[in-house]
Amino acid sequence: MKSLEELRAIKAAAQSRLGIRNDDAAAVKVVVSMGTCGIAAGARPVLNAFTEEIAKHNLQNVAVSQTGCTGHCPDEPVVDVYVGNAEKVTYVKMTPEKAARVVAEHIVNGSVVTEYTAGAATK
Amino acid sequence: MYRSHVLVCGGTGCTSNHSAEVIEALEAEIAKNGLAEEVKVVRTGCFGLCAAGPIMIVYPEGAFYSRVNADDIPEIVTEHLLKGRPVKRLLYQETVENDSIKSLNHTDFYRKQKRVALRNCGVINPENIEEYIARDGYEALGKCLTEYTPEQVIDIIKRSGLRGRGGAGFPTGMKWSFAAANQADQKYVCCNADEGDPGAFMDRSVLEGDPHCVLEAMAIAGYAIGASQGYIYIRAEYPIAVERLEIAIKQAREYGLLGKNIFGTDFCFDIEIRLGAGAFVCGEETALMTSIEGHRGEPRPRPPFPAVKGLFGKPTILNNVETYANIAQIILNGPEWFASMGTEKSKGTKVFALGGKIHNTGLVEVPMGTTLREIIEEIGGGVPNGKKFKAAQTGGPSGGCISAENLDVPIDYDNLIAIGTMMGSGGMIVMDEDNCMVDIAKFFLEFTVDESCGKCTPCRIGTKRLYEMLEKITNGEGTLEDLDRMEELCYYIKNNSLCGLGQTAPNPVLSTLRYFRDEYIAHVVEKRCPAGVCKNLLRYEILPEKCRGCTACARNCPVGAISGKVREAHVIDSAKCIKCGACMEKCKFGAIVKK
Repeated sequence: MKSLEELRAIKAAAQSRLGIRNDDAAAVKVVVSMGTCGIAAGARPVLNAFTEEIAKHNLQNVAVSQTGCTGHCPDEPVVDVYVGNAEKVTYVKMTPEKAARVVAEHIVNGSVVTEYTAGAATK
Repeated sequence: MYRSHVLVCGGTGCTSNHSAEVIEALEAEIAKNGLAEEVKVVRTGCFGLCAAGPIMIVYPEGAFYSRVNADDIPEIVTEHLLKGRPVKRLLYQETVENDSIKSLNHTDFYRKQKRVALRNCGVINPENIEEYIARDGYEALGKCLTEYTPEQVIDIIKRSGLRGRGGAGFPTGMKWSFAAANQADQKYVCCNADEGDPGAFMDRSVLEGDPHCVLEAMAIAGYAIGASQGYIYIRAEYPIAVERLEIAIKQAREYGLLGKNIFGTDFCFDIEIRLGAGAFVCGEETALMTSIEGHRGEPRPRPPFPAVKGLFGKPTILNNVETYANIAQIILNGPEWFASMGTEKSKGTKVFALGGKIHNTGLVEVPMGTTLREIIEEIGGGVPNGKKFKAAQTGGPSGGCISAENLDVPIDYDNLIAIGTMMGSGGMIVMDEDNCMVDIAKFFLEFTVDESCGKCTPCRIGTKRLYEMLEKITNGEGTLEDLDRMEELCYYIKNNSLCGLGQTAPNPVLSTLRYFRDEYIAHVVEKRCPAGVCKNLLRYEILPEKCRGCTACARNCPVGAISGKVREAHVIDSAKCIKCGACMEKCKFGAIVKK
């Protein structure tokens, strides 16, 4: 170890791997439906895409978790995104590509990707 | 990048509850379900709630599983990790509220705690230096080396008000300044990890859960006093702690945080481990250093104090594990932050190892000044089985008992001494109405008789004579004069012994004599043990009105002390009876009583 800067570089890299172990509620929560229907429709690659994209953007304080079937089986894979206290946004028929866009536009920049939402799908 | 981290406790408590098997099953099941790339399993140190072990936490949900069994793992993996449905049945019940899961920090056990020394225990992987660095690790050392002079470091520790956590409570900053003031070609920094008090395990838990915090603090101490070599003296009975310390030292050397020119400065510091062979007296500082030197672990008179003439005759500082665990936090957060916690003369927090008759056996860290009632009733969950609290023993064989009347005394160094006990290393054994206080005093004295090194007469012979008097009393042969003679002998041993072992050995007797004299008197005058513990004062009797003459007791008596005809009341011959209690267990009619 030659300097404090070198230590801090190691610290920053290590912190991004440990952010998940935070007991205070994460600011953003991404919840992927992982019932049998969801898994069959491809929820797992979507889940992994979210994890990877969040790491790529180096976002702290974003938790990716799962839930069971939410009852929208025809629309699977379904993903709910909670940002702060705002009402949840439900995305339907998700793919890894769509996940990348949701992370970049919704989670990073704060603008909902309206065309992927449940509301847009039912219109 | 893992989407989920599963933390499993790998402390000694949970390991003896088979947490290693849980980890093995978890890894196998995760691999079987193809989740190895997504879910990371981390073996941590102690979470503190040892009573509910083995313990497991799943992040990001923060779901807290308790008493996990390897057989439960397939269900947890397929339900929780694969499908995202926490298995509520296996969660720590207090964290399940309606349909949501509460964070661990909101449970009764953790809410009142303030974790400084234990801040990383159960949070990081102790075998991975980068996880320690992520939690501000080694930043305090870097700051000291590059921004502060050694004098400034000592000044910060002095202003924080930190006192030694090993028992006596000597101000740490003062200790450091004495050693710094002595000029020598070589000085040493030692860590006392020879935790010997029965019932205390906080030092072991810190070393198992966060070994780097001790290494970092020792390096800071080395910089402050001008030492280049450190020794950790640890008991060989702590294999997990020793293994993790070895890994930590190796990693710190690889990262250049121990060794030559740390942080690009002229400061060089390295640490070696020395294993103790399990002698209690080696927890005493002069005996500990004699043992490191390779001699038989016996104390020597002070002065000269170690700060003047210590290890190998050189100026040395010796601090306890928990003391070191506070150092980096004081440097990073400032002495004012540390001094804002606690009472006027005892700053910061203290870790207690809760044991005995208490619901939540485990490790708790609370600000100084917390009352015993808060620790036992609120954090510890009270005395189980509806029994009444009788006393808490603190300070191990050197300490004494806190009785129910002192439950609301704020705990700090000086208050504990005022009520006749001491902080000690922080063991806290809770006793209920079924514990005999004379027997407790005898237990601790038996320990010191065993562990007395034999160098000085007051301790070697005095404790033995004291033990014989206690034995006489528990056998129902004591007299009231014995009580006075015992007290006199106690003060003689205290005033004339060479080291801390002998000077404190009579404390369990003195404090029980002070608060529970009526129990001693019951033993002596009425030849009766009120708690029903002392075997020689016990008598088993059969109540003739309740006895149905079923012969179950007579058939189970191993010495044939019970006689009587079928369907007639039986009788116990107390001359033959060995008081094993087998008859009482077998009686279906509650006809046998203990007197």
